[in-house]
Amino acid sequence: MYQTVSTFDVNKIRNEFPVLHQVVNGKPLTYLDNAATAQKPRDVLEVLSRYYQEDNANVHRGIHELSRRATVAYEGARERVSEWLAASDSAEIIWTRGTTEAINLVAATWGMDQLKEGDEILLTVMEHHSNIVPWQLVAMRTGAKLRYIELDDEGRLILDDLEQLLTDRTKLVAMTHVSNALGTINPVDKVIEAAHAKGALVLLDGAQAVPHMKVDVSELGADFYAFSSHKMCGPTGTGVLWGRKEILEEMSPYQGGGEMIGFVGRDESTWAELPHKFEAGTPNIAGAVGAAAAVDFMEKVGYEGIREHEAGLLRYALNRMKGLEDLEVFGPKDLNERSGVISFALGDAHPHDIATILDSEGVAIRAGHHCAQLVMKHLGVAATTRASFSMYNTTDDVDRLLDGLQVVQGIFGR
Amino acid sequence: MSDLNLNSLYQELILDHYRKPRNKGELPEKTVEIHMANPVCGDEIRLQLQIEDDKIVEARHVGQGCSISQAAVSMMTHLIKGRELTEAEGVAERFTAMMHGDEEAARDRSMGDLRALQGVSKFPVRIKCALLAFDALQEAIKKDRVES
Repeated sequence: MYQTVSTFDVNKIRNEFPVLHQVVNGKPLTYLDNAATAQKPRDVLEVLSRYYQEDNANVHRGIHELSRRATVAYEGARERVSEWLAASDSAEIIWTRGTTEAINLVAATWGMDQLKEGDEILLTVMEHHSNIVPWQLVAMRTGAKLRYIELDDEGRLILDDLEQLLTDRTKLVAMTHVSNALGTINPVDKVIEAAHAKGALVLLDGAQAVPHMKVDVSELGADFYAFSSHKMCGPTGTGVLWGRKEILEEMSPYQGGGEMIGFVGRDESTWAELPHKFEAGTPNIAGAVGAAAAVDFMEKVGYEGIREHEAGLLRYALNRMKGLEDLEVFGPKDLNERSGVISFALGDAHPHDIATILDSEGVAIRAGHHCAQLVMKHLGVAATTRASFSMYNTTDDVDRLLDGLQVVQGIFGR
Repeated sequence: MSDLNLNSLYQELILDHYRKPRNKGELPEKTVEIHMANPVCGDEIRLQLQIEDDKIVEARHVGQGCSISQAAVSMMTHLIKGRELTEAEGVAERFTAMMHGDEEAARDRSMGDLRALQGVSKFPVRIKCALLAFDALQEAIKKDRVES
């Protein structure tokens, strides 16, 4: 296996992912839709299956052996994620359905508790809809205002006027760590420092960061960090909200129900301690266990090797794409400022037509607005075509993509 | 489905309607307008009809989207112009049947250029692109009946 970075071997890694080895539309599958969701390695699949075959029970309630084991697995997964993120306390790890629910949790609790008319929330134009709409909902109910950090021509944040955008009324900066639509890696430290200087909290959407880079929440210094397990080789339906303990403790509960209570009376109840205060109902136990297995897998492969490999693919792909007439790549030109995402346009071929043609060649990519309509508006397009890499992609996958794009040109260029 | 025939999907005629859409632009004399969008993919059609005495006198469209959605609305507006509403409904029904694999409908000469879209029926995820224009047409006719 691959214990150290120097042994990063893409063929060995590919062997860990059963789904990759199949024929789609008569062609071997080339999966380049990783920013939407990543495929799952054997380790994760086996952990999920083993949990249901051997340990399945409800957590924190039963006195019996299986319930004990399920609870140990579920809370052990929390400990594992906590350690991996370098959180100061595993009570800061809240299990959610995904990034979207994690952000909605903060909006519905902290946002509704703290925001008043005239307060400001600073977002960026490159946010996924899941980091825009929850704040619009809160703004509608509280009278808070939304402001935006704009983008430059390369899809990078314009931070020159950050000092003006952050006012005394700014209570929160909610921004993505890495853009899902353009791949831009944001200089979050700079924003966090400036926001904290104004007394504002910072929430980072890490959905596109954790699959590709080591995240250390203590070092980052943000106040909330949200991500989904399924984009980093874990199961769907599981995500994490990390928050600073002192802030989480002050926040109202999110949903009411079992698990999140202390005592229940006729008219009022008391809440459970962190993290259970935010986890009403039977949680996605297998999801948590699978998410921890995904963390183990990412660390086993090694972030350094992943980052290096994906940067190599990005460089190779962008170089090859230069040779295609009428192809326009969006996003930062400096490869240090972008992750393995390539959003592009090809002549007058609509992204959906490109996607259909590539699909017929066995190449899976994403076409559309990528839940980032503000980015599309900024680019002046209705949609883009997006290829996104993962640790298991190869230069052969890139070649297949390029071959497919030549078929597109053959059809639309005539 | 291992035998996707791209050539049957992207016929010359479809690309021609995509690049040179017929009846594109605003219709000042419109009596009914329907806005239809597919929020998932961003295809968008504003269908504008001038209906007089249950007859479509003029039909135009504004919008954007993939070659299939835009070719379909271009072909459709061309075909329904001058038709009775019941005839236009018949076209919508036939076309929907064609998208669901009715080969008889695909041989129906009265369907005009729309027959070129038959290949779309082999691409399940693209059928909604072709049907967007016809959903708009059916809504427009319904709206006209409610209002008149």
